[in-house]
Amino acid sequence: MTATDLLVQQAINGLSLGAMYALLALGFTLVYGILELINFSHFNIFMVGSFVALMALEAMGVVGQQTVMSGFPLVGVLFVAFLATTMFTGTLGVLIYRFLLRPLRGVKGPAAMITTIGVSYILFNIVLLTIGADAKNFPNPLPPIQWAIGGAVLRLREVLIWVIALLLMGGLTYFVQYTRLGKAMRATAQDPEAARMMGVEVDRVIMTAFFLGSALAGAGGMIFGLYYNFTSFIVGFNAGLRAFTAAVLGGIGNVPGAMLGGVIIGLIEAVSGQMIATGWTDVIIFSILVLVLVFRPSGLLGRVAPNKS
Amino acid sequence: MQPDTLLSFRDVNTHYGDLHVLKGVNYTIGRGEIVSLLGGNASGKSTTMKTIMGIVRPTTGSVAFDGQEIQRLSTSERVRRGIAPVLEARRLFPRMTIYENLEMGAYTQKRDAQFADDLDRVYGLFPRVKERRSQLAGTLSGGEQQMVAIGRALMARPRLICMDEPSMGLSPLYVEQVFDIIVEINRQGTTIFMVEQNAAMALSIAHRAYVLQTGHVVLSGTAAELRENPAIKEAYLGEMQVAPA
Ligand SMILES: Nc1ncnc2c1ncn2[C@@H]1O[C@H](COP(=O)(O)OP(=O)(O)OP(=O)(O)O)[C@@H](O)[C@H]1O
Ligand SMILES: [Mg+2]
Repeated sequence: MTATDLLVQQAINGLSLGAMYALLALGFTLVYGILELINFSHFNIFMVGSFVALMALEAMGVVGQQTVMSGFPLVGVLFVAFLATTMFTGTLGVLIYRFLLRPLRGVKGPAAMITTIGVSYILFNIVLLTIGADAKNFPNPLPPIQWAIGGAVLRLREVLIWVIALLLMGGLTYFVQYTRLGKAMRATAQDPEAARMMGVEVDRVIMTAFFLGSALAGAGGMIFGLYYNFTSFIVGFNAGLRAFTAAVLGGIGNVPGAMLGGVIIGLIEAVSGQMIATGWTDVIIFSILVLVLVFRPSGLLGRVAPNKS
Repeated sequence: MQPDTLLSFRDVNTHYGDLHVLKGVNYTIGRGEIVSLLGGNASGKSTTMKTIMGIVRPTTGSVAFDGQEIQRLSTSERVRRGIAPVLEARRLFPRMTIYENLEMGAYTQKRDAQFADDLDRVYGLFPRVKERRSQLAGTLSGGEQQMVAIGRALMARPRLICMDEPSMGLSPLYVEQVFDIIVEINRQGTTIFMVEQNAAMALSIAHRAYVLQTGHVVLSGTAAELRENPAIKEAYLGEMQVAPA
């Protein structure tokens, strides 16, 4: 492989990682935009999502690397697994808000944030204790189709990941920009009390944000499994931290910012892993984050001065 | 209750924690009236508005709208029944367009032919708002924002509009315009309950007024009576406007 081929290959890998981080970052940003709360349970909602996807696929007889499917059955199986995963994690997110965070609304200080850290650890330990500590093989039902781009290889699974991520991000953007509830969500993020006086049921808007964010995290978990062909109770930590970084890098609370931040972090991870050394990836990612924040504290697409009073 | 009463407060008390703000307040707003609420800073004027909208709940007492008690209803239900606010300091959604702000005003309304009519009505009252409809609300001048804030309230198809200091921070020219518009909206059939610090202006368009002082209604009457009242003349209508503390 030439240097250009390597770069193209790492761009392909980076876009796939970036798609996953972007989906996960959106969850941080949606909730933060409305509640100014960093929802750390998001880390392990992602991890739970990867296991729900795994179980859904296995329940449909798609096990390990043996089952290879194509055409309509493949699309059907992936779609059912996707629905099961996103519904499960979306509901989980709503339940966490409804029963653990809503009672804390109006409480000042770090109580809500600590609660989300606690919930994250509870999820982490439940999976550890019930499923176990060893990594689980994640099915790969995709046929081994690939295309050569110069010396680089584009596999079907990457194309699939991009398509899923683009559809989800496009759908979310449409929802937030053009639907009645999406507009209510933006209004609530900008001025919750004024939104309420327009007749917006703010609690419903918050639950929608938790549902969508957590569903996207579940989708990210499924993508993780399809991309790496394994999952484990521990995968939420690294992915969550990078996605959170992506959200801050793009400007937390900003939907396009989360997408941009995710793609940037994914690309940095892939390219620096290749060009420098995998061990230095985190140093590079977080150095870039720190530098960006020094010069643009509100992130790449964030507002420079908060409009809230 | 007389049949022509649209909104009434009966012995309403409100608290923020230990802070007792409204202290047994009574108001009666008749259908079709412009009623002004005057009073110094921190007297409880905005709290009155928030109590009507359901952002603040009375600790005791009742609030009735159109013959039914509403003090236990959610804010969205109150908007649905026909109460719309023009908030203190306007409070538009700054990163939404003017059109989207107007849509938010119509949040409780169905998206039917009426929506287009309401939009036409707002654009008719405020041609500038129409010109700027795709602009972000945060980029407008204060006066323009006030036009949008009033338009946003109209989009809810309200029977009662509660305005909190509509003239605040506006140049005299805009104040004049805003008050003209308020009279016009009232003439078209909407009842107005309006908090104002600009008592001279308020009393020039209101039918009646209440004066609130540290949570008590200390005076009420027709605008003509209050304009002649020596206490009001001294406190609100003298050469020297009461400066905000
Ligand atoms: N959310 C709140 N929490 C605690 N105290 C509040 C709150 N809102 C208002 N207050 C207090 O209640 C009192 C009445 O406030 P309110 O906003 O009703 O006054 P106002 O008459 O509208 O004054 P202004 O002319 O300054 O707008 C004030 O002492 C204020 O500090
Ligand atoms: Mg006030």
